[in-house]
Amino acid sequence: MSPSIIVVQLLSGLAKAMVLFLIASGLSLIFGVTRVVNFAHGSLYMLAAYLTYSLTAALPFGAASFYVSVLAAAVAVGLVGLVIEVGLLRRVYKAPELYQLLLTFALVLVISDVVKLAWGSENKTGPSAPGLAGSVPIAGQLFPTYDLALIVFGPLVALALWWLFYRTRWGVLIRAATQDREMVAALGVDQARLFTAVFALGSALAGLGGALQVPRQPLTIVMDTSIITEAFVVVVIGGMGSVPGALLAAVMIGVIEAFGVLVLPKATLVMTFAVMAIVLIVRPWGLLGRPESQGRGAGGAIASTSAVPVPRAAIVALLAALVALPPLLPTFHVWVLVEILAFALFAASLHLLMGTGGMVSFGHAASFGLGAYGAALLMKLAGVTMPVAFVAAPVVAAACALVIGFFCVRLSSIYFAMLTLAFAQIAYAIVHQWYDVTGGDNGLLGVWPARWLATPLRYYYLALVACVAGIALLGVIGRAPFGLVLRAARDHARRAEAVGVNVRRHQWLAFVIAGFFGGLAGATFVFLKGSAFPDYFSVPRSVEPLVMVLLGGVQAPAGAPLGAAIYKILDTVATKYTEYWQMVLGVILVTLVLAFPRGVIGVLRRG
Amino acid sequence: MADVVLEVDRVRKSFGGVHAVDDVSFALPAGEIRALIGPNGAGKTTLFNILTGQLPADAGSVRFRGRPIDGLAPWAIWRLGIGRTFQITATFATLTVLENVQVARLSHVRRSRALFRPARTLELGPATTLLEQVGLADQRSRAAGVLAYGDLKKLELAIALAHDPTLLLLDEPTAGMAPAERGALMALTARIARARGLTVLFTEHDMDVVFATADRIMVLHQGRLIAEGTPDHVRAHREVQAVYLGDAV
Repeated sequence: MSPSIIVVQLLSGLAKAMVLFLIASGLSLIFGVTRVVNFAHGSLYMLAAYLTYSLTAALPFGAASFYVSVLAAAVAVGLVGLVIEVGLLRRVYKAPELYQLLLTFALVLVISDVVKLAWGSENKTGPSAPGLAGSVPIAGQLFPTYDLALIVFGPLVALALWWLFYRTRWGVLIRAATQDREMVAALGVDQARLFTAVFALGSALAGLGGALQVPRQPLTIVMDTSIITEAFVVVVIGGMGSVPGALLAAVMIGVIEAFGVLVLPKATLVMTFAVMAIVLIVRPWGLLGRPESQGRGAGGAIASTSAVPVPRAAIVALLAALVALPPLLPTFHVWVLVEILAFALFAASLHLLMGTGGMVSFGHAASFGLGAYGAALLMKLAGVTMPVAFVAAPVVAAACALVIGFFCVRLSSIYFAMLTLAFAQIAYAIVHQWYDVTGGDNGLLGVWPARWLATPLRYYYLALVACVAGIALLGVIGRAPFGLVLRAARDHARRAEAVGVNVRRHQWLAFVIAGFFGGLAGATFVFLKGSAFPDYFSVPRSVEPLVMVLLGGVQAPAGAPLGAAIYKILDTVATKYTEYWQMVLGVILVTLVLAFPRGVIGVLRRG
Repeated sequence: MADVVLEVDRVRKSFGGVHAVDDVSFALPAGEIRALIGPNGAGKTTLFNILTGQLPADAGSVRFRGRPIDGLAPWAIWRLGIGRTFQITATFATLTVLENVQVARLSHVRRSRALFRPARTLELGPATTLLEQVGLADQRSRAAGVLAYGDLKKLELAIALAHDPTLLLLDEPTAGMAPAERGALMALTARIARARGLTVLFTEHDMDVVFATADRIMVLHQGRLIAEGTPDHVRAHREVQAVYLGDAV
């Protein structure tokens, strides 16, 4: 590698880092003060990018139009953030943290379709920045002037933020709030206004990042999901709530990615998440973050009461219908039912972790994907028969969960969630980039059931037996001593240790069990579709069961399958009638969260 | 002299430059109920956290029935037969009162990882007996999170007794309760302890409770043990009066 390439790669890494920093600092701020993990942050970034694109074309200021548009887009997105906070989030601060997450996830769906509706799904090439359009020779290579400007601009924003935090009263309050919210409230600060202002500022930073990205890359409607995972990585590595940490981590990630492309082009995706996993394992609270002040509300991420008994008659009736009805249904509906069954099991397996164990995983897709790919690869590479692959797949997923869980259960709350996300992303990256074995993007095709199982009805009954047995077993485990002790550890980990419970060991076992059944769900799904794709490991696939569990109600194991059924039916129906099903789904989710902050089961029980 | 249950030898712990526990040594004979008193910040809770494995000591050793226990995890120390309660009540809030005790029992009989039998029917007898002993049997089906404060303290006691411990460590067992209730709860604790032949070490701010219950009393001040003896001895101790009772009276 010649020195000139090194210089240029370093610079382009830094330019990327500056954009990352803008987005991540906003995300970090919002989390630090409001404790909301804002999944919609990437959507705000995307929105600002598209706004800049259109405004630049529309404004009459000539060369200045672009710069005015950047500012206007950042301000506009800041206002959108303000509306979101006041109109929606504020209503659910009292609800368990996860319902806020569900709300921001719903916004991801809505904003994504709004952008599609307004700008269409084709990629757009944005304007270049007037005056900064060309390249300058650096170390004998041409380097984009705009990127150079970004490298100057990023630190200026950092400096402005520093001034805001360390030289204004408002900044002092924000710093105080990131460290001890309750104390700031006790000091008589108007918390509601502080939260609103922080959310608007954080959103504006995301907007600024999105707007500045326009000359650098084409606009696509998947900008939101690709940036949000990167932003999370940066925030977690830097330390949740730490703006200097976000700067440091953004530079690290930007540079690592830039050089990664040169050194190990096949492993770029893996690298960032591997770095995040290592940081989390060695320093769970991030490079410049502080350890969570434990105790207050510890383990109470989700308030949950004892299980709601579901009437036996209802279960028997449901099972009877599931056995008797499918032969009367059109094939398409049978397929939908299989999918619902797979996801019901997938959600139920996550419920053991997040409901019973209080361990919220953002990476449960790993088990699903490992089950699916496990089955597919066993057939393709090892040449085993389909029934054997179907049974062995959950074992593969459980074995991987044993390794992943070993590291994850050392952490708690949001850090646990982020480490699970990191491992899922690592798995995603490996599957995505290891073409020779996994087929990469093209996936693995022709993963069909054995001949004697290949009719829709026969496969349906296999799925019914596998998934119902899985859900039933998870129910039994939840009610067994293990489930009871897991709930106890969730309620009060220290108390549980002080009655002789090795909490980590129990959580680890829960992780493996959840991995096993998540893998069974993945195996059921892969033989339904006949193919496995990297997106089985993707973030949305991890969020789906989370949404299902929350939708159904986290306090009852029966809520997970119920939520899965509701989600999948909504999904199927909405897809049939409109191209913009994500928006419909998002609006329904928002409504549900605002109307039933305890999930559907919680309402059924009361009513 | 009776067998020594707990032997603490020159234990130290400092935070920054502050010696929270400074060269503390004592031995606790079997069957004794001993109080550890001292003003706020004397180091009582720190010492408790060292004894129960929540905090590592900087120096010194802790032996339980002759066996060194420093460096063991809290759950491992519990397994050896040391039960504890917390200064800030710690129960499993969403579990019922009965389930709270069942968890401790299931852990004791090493069934906490059983996967396929309903927990509902396990360890019912012993758990119910414990609840009867502390007077909570009629509340067994309520969630621990909704109990009155005094009942939470009783539940903690039942949990601490669940594994037939040899030694009970109670960190301010009556803190936050009404004065009348305090005496009653401590009398109940003492009665159970004597009936079972338990050794008890407890911290307490209520001097009436301390002098009414303890066989012997130790006084901790600024991390050091400054006196140890019978209630009468401690009451008459000049240094204790100066640094401790002097402040309070």
